[in-house]
Amino acid sequence: MKIITASDLRTGDVVWWTGDGWSRHVNDAVEAGEHAEAVIARENAKQIVTDTQVIEATRTDEGVRPAHIKDRIRALGPTVRLDLSLKPADPAAGNWVI
Amino acid sequence: MYQYDQYDRSMVDARVAEFRGQVERRLAGDLTEDQFKPLRLKNGLYLQLHAYMLRVAIPYGTLNSRQMRLLGDIADKYDRGYGHFTTRQNIQYNWIKLSDAPNILAELATVEMHAIQTSGNCIRNTTSDQFAGAAADELTDPRPYAELLRQWSTFHPEFDYLPRKFKIAIIASETDRAAMRLHDIGIQLVKNDAGEIGCKFHAGGGMGRTPMIAPVIAEFVPALQMISYLEACLRVYNRYGRRDNKYKARIKILVHEIGAAEYRRQVEEEFAHILTLGLEPPAEELERIKGFFEQPGFEVGASDELDLSDPDFALWVDQNVHAHKQPGYAIVNISLKPTGGIPGDATADQIRLMADLARDHSFDELRVTHAQNIVLPHVKKADLYGIWQKLDEAGLAAANLDLIGDIIACPGLDYCALANARSIPLAQKISNRFADLGRQRDLGELKLKISGCINACGHHHAGHIGILGVDKKGVENYQLSLGGCEGADTSLGQITGPGFSEDGVVDAVEKATDVYLAHRAEGERFVDTYRRIGMAPFKEAIYAKEPAHG
Repeated sequence: MKIITASDLRTGDVVWWTGDGWSRHVNDAVEAGEHAEAVIARENAKQIVTDTQVIEATRTDEGVRPAHIKDRIRALGPTVRLDLSLKPADPAAGNWVI
Repeated sequence: MYQYDQYDRSMVDARVAEFRGQVERRLAGDLTEDQFKPLRLKNGLYLQLHAYMLRVAIPYGTLNSRQMRLLGDIADKYDRGYGHFTTRQNIQYNWIKLSDAPNILAELATVEMHAIQTSGNCIRNTTSDQFAGAAADELTDPRPYAELLRQWSTFHPEFDYLPRKFKIAIIASETDRAAMRLHDIGIQLVKNDAGEIGCKFHAGGGMGRTPMIAPVIAEFVPALQMISYLEACLRVYNRYGRRDNKYKARIKILVHEIGAAEYRRQVEEEFAHILTLGLEPPAEELERIKGFFEQPGFEVGASDELDLSDPDFALWVDQNVHAHKQPGYAIVNISLKPTGGIPGDATADQIRLMADLARDHSFDELRVTHAQNIVLPHVKKADLYGIWQKLDEAGLAAANLDLIGDIIACPGLDYCALANARSIPLAQKISNRFADLGRQRDLGELKLKISGCINACGHHHAGHIGILGVDKKGVENYQLSLGGCEGADTSLGQITGPGFSEDGVVDAVEKATDVYLAHRAEGERFVDTYRRIGMAPFKEAIYAKEPAHG
């Protein structure tokens, strides 16, 4: 599947396109489909997010998994500071990116 | 330390006000990202994997306690309670909000700091010897020259849009503690036969995709002509540097392609022309700057005696405390490399503690090193034990300076948008593997450096053992190199062969140290043994097939 990711303009937070807005959680990401470019053009114009891009991902039993490790690290947070990641209570969360 | 005059202050204040307006317009949607990006980068603000990252300049790595304290406060107030000291003697914060950036810069300006020259294709923040003004082996204090360089380079209109970024290091000792010859320009202050101070210029060094050791292009330029000669070096580069290909745009490529002799010829020609224009800063200005770097009021007759009955303290003194030029004083190196820690990271509390120690025990001075450690340059030996106790309580007393645990690592793929592989987890694994300090000390000086991409922010080319993370079809892979070195005997590491997984490269590092232990001669460092016996025995051990079991 193809999903859309960006950074929140004001905070820099990693965000994912949910179909009607932006979420910090990759599992909320939806298939961008053939309208990806139109979504990006429209959202860029709103100047709420920046660095918008379409990436490859797969839907697994555990949720949406970006294809590239860089995007998986973006989705989780730094693997060396899991306390600052989106899964601070899971000491094994870093294994998800490998 | 240098203190801003009205010009410095007004320039920095004006820049803060200008950037505040730019941020407001960006947030209001009046500037697009394409328009805004070069503006934020001019103020050290990057967009990284998880957030904005702000890189704050620490000119020639020198700080006072007030500045250091504010760096800790910023970590608490605007970031997530920590900062990362970099291989360019700067600090960067990983979790900055765009809307906060102007306020941070405004706070930095109150202590004469900023984020100018920490990004973009300009002359970057000048680096220097972290022992400047304290080392027994220095010819003169390089900091006044570094400060003159800072004033010349900041907002220099001719060199604000160079073909690529441009890094200058300046030292004044035969012992190079600043990796000087791996900079675009490296300057060593030297004396001629008449006893006059001048500059030995090296040009065209660098790491990155195409590592080069800078050749000497001028043996002696009078110190009062340093700026004119730099102007000539930059002007020739600016004229001929490749703007069509960013991978060939650094000065090292130009010097390599036309040759050092031809580059020197053109620089000399330009230099002769510039001298006729009388652009050199007046000698009085250098003298004025020198006035800010007078020797501190050392206590005459301070004792050199040390009570080393505490064995842990004795180990720390032996490894982390360096001789000072003043009897009764010492240079303290605070390692930011605890076992299993993140190289270069320090919490806000640790940063403030180091500020307090500098205020109370080091004439208000600190230095950041390119090895991502902190230095208290002027400590009375009688104060060492008390300082060590406070550092130990704060987790800052790792006695591993220049040992295998003192790993340089870039932020890597955990933070950096350019990285291909993670550096920090690998550094942590190696640090844990060699956690035994006795083992580290037995291995002796062993500089291990890790970069998460070819840009080489982790200086892997200069590591006795260097590791480069690469992306191999979406999987992290690590190339190992041996024999790199910075300093007077600068050399570039050679790749051992095929790359490794993260765990595999930790094993390979251990095997390389085993080869060293088996072959070393009396007094040899790892890199010395490598140079003597060559790559073959290391390669044989590293790539040996494990015997089949069963």
